[in-house]
Amino acid sequence: MSKPIDNQTVKFYQTGTLTVGNRLLDPEQRTVQASAERTNAITCGHRACQGCGEALGARYALDAAMRATDGQLICVNATGCLEVFTTPYPETSWQVSWLHSLFGNAAAVASGVAAAQRVKKRPQVRVIAQGGDGGTTDIGFGCLSGMFERNDDVLYICYDNEGYMNTGVQRSSATPGGARTATTPAVGEAPGNVFGTGKNVPLIAMAHNIPYVATASVADLHDLEAKATKAMSIRGARYLHVMVPCPLGWGSAAHDTIKLARLAMESGFFPLFEAEHGVVTSSRAIRRKVPVIEYLKPQKRFAHLFKPDNPHGSEALARLQAQADENCRRFNLLRDEGAV
Amino acid sequence: MFQIRFHGRGGQGVVTAAEMLSVAAFLEGRHAQAFPSFGSERTGAPVVSFCRIDDKEIRSREPILAPDALIVQDPTLFHSVDVFQGLPDTGYVLINTTASYEALHIADYMARFPKGHAHTVPASEIAREHVGRPMPNAALLGGFAAVTGQIHMDSVKEAIRQAFPGKVGEANVRAAEAAYQHCLA
Amino acid sequence: MLKQIEGSHAMAEAIALCRPEVICAYPITPQTHIVEGLAEMVRDGHLNDCEYINVESEFAALSVGIGSSAAGARTYTATSSQGLLFMMEAVYNASGLGLPIVMTLGNRAIGAPINIWNDHSDAMSVRDAGWIMLFAETNQEAVDLHIQAFKLAEELSCPVMVNVDGFILTHAVERVDIPSQEQVDAFLPPFDPVQSVDPAKPMSIGAMVGPEAFMEVRYLAHHKQMRALERIPAMAEEYKAIFGRESGGLIRSYRCEDAETVVVAMGSVIGTLKDMVDEMREAGAKIGVVSICSFRPFPLDDVRQALLDAHRVVVVEKALAVGMGGVLASHVRMALRGHPTRVYTLIAGLGGRPILKSSLKDFMARAAAEPHYDVHFLDLKEDLVSAEIRRMDAVRRAGPIAENVLRRLGPNAQTVL
Repeated sequence: MSKPIDNQTVKFYQTGTLTVGNRLLDPEQRTVQASAERTNAITCGHRACQGCGEALGARYALDAAMRATDGQLICVNATGCLEVFTTPYPETSWQVSWLHSLFGNAAAVASGVAAAQRVKKRPQVRVIAQGGDGGTTDIGFGCLSGMFERNDDVLYICYDNEGYMNTGVQRSSATPGGARTATTPAVGEAPGNVFGTGKNVPLIAMAHNIPYVATASVADLHDLEAKATKAMSIRGARYLHVMVPCPLGWGSAAHDTIKLARLAMESGFFPLFEAEHGVVTSSRAIRRKVPVIEYLKPQKRFAHLFKPDNPHGSEALARLQAQADENCRRFNLLRDEGAV
Repeated sequence: MFQIRFHGRGGQGVVTAAEMLSVAAFLEGRHAQAFPSFGSERTGAPVVSFCRIDDKEIRSREPILAPDALIVQDPTLFHSVDVFQGLPDTGYVLINTTASYEALHIADYMARFPKGHAHTVPASEIAREHVGRPMPNAALLGGFAAVTGQIHMDSVKEAIRQAFPGKVGEANVRAAEAAYQHCLA
Repeated sequence: MLKQIEGSHAMAEAIALCRPEVICAYPITPQTHIVEGLAEMVRDGHLNDCEYINVESEFAALSVGIGSSAAGARTYTATSSQGLLFMMEAVYNASGLGLPIVMTLGNRAIGAPINIWNDHSDAMSVRDAGWIMLFAETNQEAVDLHIQAFKLAEELSCPVMVNVDGFILTHAVERVDIPSQEQVDAFLPPFDPVQSVDPAKPMSIGAMVGPEAFMEVRYLAHHKQMRALERIPAMAEEYKAIFGRESGGLIRSYRCEDAETVVVAMGSVIGTLKDMVDEMREAGAKIGVVSICSFRPFPLDDVRQALLDAHRVVVVEKALAVGMGGVLASHVRMALRGHPTRVYTLIAGLGGRPILKSSLKDFMARAAAEPHYDVHFLDLKEDLVSAEIRRMDAVRRAGPIAENVLRRLGPNAQTVL
């Protein structure tokens, strides 16, 4: 497995992470956000909660895509938090061309916008569809799969906060096992969300053999920008799945959003990888693996798993750890990349 | 108005037959309306189609309950379907078969029709000879032209050519001509 | 050019003449021949500069249409029955966004029980969705209405649904005059959208609207429909000037002068009714028929004017508002409010039951003696219904109604028709 996507010629490792301060990089290697020329695709003044991972992720992804397409971008948005907090009438935070239709059809609407560009012979105009995990892995899944198999020229970005946060924190198919939500309360015999078989949409996207699939996280915004940029350099159906913690839904501190995203990454619970035409081409190695409980413990949605009077708590924690371990194995996250 | 009802089985070109007849009438400058019995039929299932021919606009959309002529593409239908429903004693009947009325157990019924109004024609055999497969629909249209005089044979031939361009069409035209001669004889 | 042609293919040719830029559809009987025809025209080069997109559901079909229309492309789709219900959310969304999409609805019943045949249940289920809804009487009119539909939709920036009776029109082969490209180009200007997502001029479309403005946005949708009441008859005139044919308009009356009984209906059954009127007139009956071409907007004033002098009005409709009666009849009563005219509801042709001229004549002949406040059903097998009601009353586990009715009917009940 090759190295992760990387546009840095020199690596600067700080404080045990792979992040690097912009000031230490050459200007052309700095993040899009570091540039005064950025689009501000989602401009300030929107109504996202404090510490919203989705607002952050969407801003980085879209500004990078805007730079990659020289501003020739149309953005289709599924119903959800991102749509609601950016457009209370008569205000809009969107400085890009932006279209919202329904909860479950963003991928199809984007296919239609892309078809219009083809017929109007505007190949330079590119299309992004975006939605949360509910709009992507659940209700919009059919349209998403259809857009993939037709290989329509659309980048679909899923901002995954692991639940229906807009409607008051209910379970989605992206909610982890054991997690408490409004529809999987932490009461009864088996508190929290059931441990199903899981639904890994990046892997399902890969099964469509589309040109590009990647996962990203707000814990590594440089990487997120690079993947959005790379996605826009490719034609056809592309999928970017971004982990975006939700302080409201996860019961975490607003200032812990990046930290939690990083712990998800470094525990192996949320692996970062890229795939082209159905084959994994890179993954982001974990330098120092952390136990999953370090990621789970700061979140109130998992608090019941840690209660001594919960007879199933330790079993649930073990299963979550096993999921992280399986990710490490499957994506070869613990490989030795040599001393730095 | 002259109304024709076609009975056959899925895969025998029953709907196409009605459509070709309507095209033949259209080519003569007349108004015609062809429509199927709207089912989700599969190969082998009983199928009905309809054709109306008139000199003025045809407005009615009801199925043909009292046809002026019947074209029966498959004689085994007599066992399961009331094929003759609504047909007056002055009507025309054309049956694709090599069997006699007696063998089909319809001799008593057929006796009511005036001379020349009821015919059998071995359309499947004619089609097999000329087209290479037992698709009786085009041949029966030739027979229809001979029996009823409602349509010119040239129009039938042109309608067949429009439906089946090229060699297949010419083969079907020959089958129609053969059936036409058979019924005139 | 006069052609003897299947209705679906005639419509496909007319739609192609309108130069659509994006066509997306999902297969459902009986609409399929239309989009098959268009797919072939796109593939073989008859229809250039057009994207034909095969999608995975009707919901996706109209969603793709929403995207392409919002991006400024002339957009067409078609569906029927369950397909319309499956795209329902997008149906409302397209009109809410004011996108001038044209959709053919090959009218078909809605299950359960599953039934592929014609009635107007599907159309009636979206009557308040904000689409302009036109009904074609013949395949000629279906062709003409599609051409008018694109112009109407784009002028008002409002989606238009052209209703054609499934099978009865879509699968009928008859004489149709297919216009020339020059005629259509003279009538239908290029699509100049009032809004579009365009990077050259970024705008947000589809923002959330709260209580402070939602009423006003809905009102403006209603306003568009009221504008359509003026535009539809005017457009029929403009159409006639170029194509030389009367097609479309709000309503059409046939032999209603001095009529004591006026029959009101929509779609292809009008033809059968006209034949009936001619026969009954010949026998001395004073009867006429009014055809509703525009169901949305509903021309209350025109309908009232057309029916004011009648003694009784019989509304023949191919849909049943279960628990209520007739939909179209309720509209007609609304049009005649305050007027003592007796309005009869006659439900007919559900699920493809043939609407026979003889049965219609029977009802018209005895209508004066019938109570007009009840819902009437044409050719309802009343013995079958009462037997099943007795069964249901007698047995708790009476079983599935559809299967019981079929069993009672027996294997020989299917007529040749």
